[in-house]
Amino acid sequence: MGERIGLEVSLAVSEAVKLARVDAVAAYPITPQTHIVEELAQMVADGELDAYYIMVESEHSAMSACCGTAAVGARTFTATASQGLALMHEMLFIASGLRLPIVMAIANRALSAPLSIWGDQSDVMAERDIGWVQMFAETGQEAFDLTLCCFKIAEDPRVILPTIINIDGFTLSHVVEPLELESQEDVDAWLPTYVPVHVLDPAKPTTVGPVGFPEIYTEIRKQQDMALIGSYDVVLEVWESFEKKFGRAYKPVESYRADDAEIIINLIGAIAGTARIAVDRMREEGKKVGLVRTRLWRPYPFEEMRKALGGAKAVAVVDRALSFGGPGGPIASELRSCLYPLDKKPVVASYIAGLGGRDVTIEDFYTIVAETEKVLETGYTDEYKMIGVRE
Amino acid sequence: MPTWKEYPIAATIHEPGSATGQNTGDWRSERPQRDNEKCDKCGICWIFCPDAALFMNEDGFYEVDLYHCKGCGICARECGKEAIIMVEESE
Repeated sequence: MGERIGLEVSLAVSEAVKLARVDAVAAYPITPQTHIVEELAQMVADGELDAYYIMVESEHSAMSACCGTAAVGARTFTATASQGLALMHEMLFIASGLRLPIVMAIANRALSAPLSIWGDQSDVMAERDIGWVQMFAETGQEAFDLTLCCFKIAEDPRVILPTIINIDGFTLSHVVEPLELESQEDVDAWLPTYVPVHVLDPAKPTTVGPVGFPEIYTEIRKQQDMALIGSYDVVLEVWESFEKKFGRAYKPVESYRADDAEIIINLIGAIAGTARIAVDRMREEGKKVGLVRTRLWRPYPFEEMRKALGGAKAVAVVDRALSFGGPGGPIASELRSCLYPLDKKPVVASYIAGLGGRDVTIEDFYTIVAETEKVLETGYTDEYKMIGVRE
Repeated sequence: MPTWKEYPIAATIHEPGSATGQNTGDWRSERPQRDNEKCDKCGICWIFCPDAALFMNEDGFYEVDLYHCKGCGICARECGKEAIIMVEESE
């Protein structure tokens, strides 16, 4: 076990990337992800990290360069946020379609317009269907640990898919937290050198990214989805082996005081910390309230979510993103699909909070639970409710 | 036809030049036609052809590989001798 230190979470992610001995980093700095790649550039410049640091003119080029380095068998990392992720959009599908196990950190941030440099999860929610493994950290320690795990998951011969570690912009990326880094020796023993399954090699000519005529496109898409669905077992396996080696356990779904809860709050990311305090206070006041945080977003943990939430009377889903003109929040709509096959299912109420860097407070969770109690009494009145909006 | 399990990962192709077996000429609506009286065998059509669908015959003229020519007309446009015209595919 490593020494406990105080470290900015962005820099903890950089440390994990360094310990993973990446071969290539191609990135374009954008708030609030900048510290991650700045630190990596510094490590390369100082000779602490033996990697190619490729400077590019945009995020589209960053992801293109990552596809190139991953295709020749290099362990590849990048990081981005918001507009940068949006600019990567078409290349994100190419990375997964070409089965290139790139690891990317996203410091989640709101999308323009209006221009906002502050945190929410609209950026990654707009990229839900890119075919990457996607997970969310709540704490600095988790950001460090999951970044390491991402490499092992992405590169597993049963997976071979790019993987995203999401950290909430500012509320997680820019805070200094106490955490334990691991030694290079221990990480080396746990994370083997990357052995690519398919690789561009002049000695063995291969066409990567050919045309997929209608006769084969469907089969290749099926192949890709089966790899993503199948990555679920590998994620569990990697997290178990991480626990064995480093002593910290991770699961796709994290429950807190939810066993006998009538109303369960479901969310992802760093606001879980505030939600936990709110749950504790409401429990003290005799309310049967619990919390379920979804850590693994893709592949979606259907069975675990049904187990964790199926017994509640109501689930109050808190999204930091909005599906305009749709059912409210993306996490809520996913959960409704997940619970729909159950005979007896909880009411799922959708709440939008924390957009564009607005704080989600303990009082907000009180409001959310009170609104959900109303929904239980009177049924749905709205597809979703926006918390704290001035009307 | 192979099932999804039988294709190489990400549809990668391990046989170089396999596209030569793909008939892309059937997209064509016009075909290039050469006038041997005007042609001086300079090869500019061969240089410009984006589909490598021209090849030199025994007499030094550049013939069209109609299996791969998409009828873009670049050869006709670039020819300095106006020796190539595009004619409509009638069949």
